[in-house]
Amino acid sequence: MLKLFKFLITGILFGIVMTKSEAISWFRIQEMFRFQSFHMYGIIFTAVAIGLLGVQIIKRFNVRDIGGNPIIFNPKDMSIPRYLIGGTIFGLGWAMTGACPGPMFVNFGYGYGMMVLIIIGALAGTLMYGVLRKRLPH
Amino acid sequence: MIDFLIKPWPWHFSGLVIGLIMMVLLFFGKSFGFSANLRTICTIAGGDKIADFFKFDWKKQTWNLVFLGGAVLGGFIANQFLSDGSIVAISENTIADLAALGISAPTEIQPTEIFSWDFATSFKGILFLIIGGFLVGFGARYAGGCTSGHAISGLSDLQLPSLIAVVGFFIGGLLMTYLILPLIL
Repeated sequence: MLKLFKFLITGILFGIVMTKSEAISWFRIQEMFRFQSFHMYGIIFTAVAIGLLGVQIIKRFNVRDIGGNPIIFNPKDMSIPRYLIGGTIFGLGWAMTGACPGPMFVNFGYGYGMMVLIIIGALAGTLMYGVLRKRLPH
Repeated sequence: MIDFLIKPWPWHFSGLVIGLIMMVLLFFGKSFGFSANLRTICTIAGGDKIADFFKFDWKKQTWNLVFLGGAVLGGFIANQFLSDGSIVAISENTIADLAALGISAPTEIQPTEIFSWDFATSFKGILFLIIGGFLVGFGARYAGGCTSGHAISGLSDLQLPSLIAVVGFFIGGLLMTYLILPLIL
């Protein structure tokens, strides 16, 4: 239980930062896709900058995780259709609902009960991908 | 301090916290990727009887489900205890563009025309929200990750597949914003 508790705290922090940064707002996502503010780009660029630095430090100094195991980065399999088509479908939904998977749940906690419909849709979409997977170009 | 926390957080502080969350998860021996939870939930709900894709040891993803629970709680806490009632300060240009689509300027964090029970219980509203969610769920799994897995984790590790996925996110996002939303809103 205690092992899982730290993920609860990290998740709470994630929900708070997504809300306070307004990244859970449909308005902010529209503003981003219309290139009318630096706000969302600033958030993503800063997070990636921290990540780049951190990943390099981990790799250079062979930093180990809390359990003493090496931190391994698995390279993703290369493909163009998979990431381009999948990404495009994701982008259509992201701009429509203003919510990527994390924010759907953060918004629900915030008090937007109708997010359940988006979550049901997302689960149905995931299920459909699982069923069609072998027939899709990867 | 409290004053700073209850105001909307500036992008640099927000980005810093999100970057640190990713680093903390790596230190905990996990990889930041939220949409994996959707697959896990499908498996728990019995999806493994429908498709092999859902046959995996979902218990290894328990930490991520706990993270999801935390995210829900975090949204609640931010709204109840860390809010000064500020209105989302989007640009005047966005407000004008959205007005042309029939979406009024922000009065809360989400547009009332889309995230109200009136809309969410109408035939059009139910279809809009479920189809939108469907595209996110299907696309995230097809692309092998969402904003956290590709745009944050993947780009931080300079993975080309993640860059291609992010380009896809924008192709889809721009198509929806400029071509489809004007037709369906």
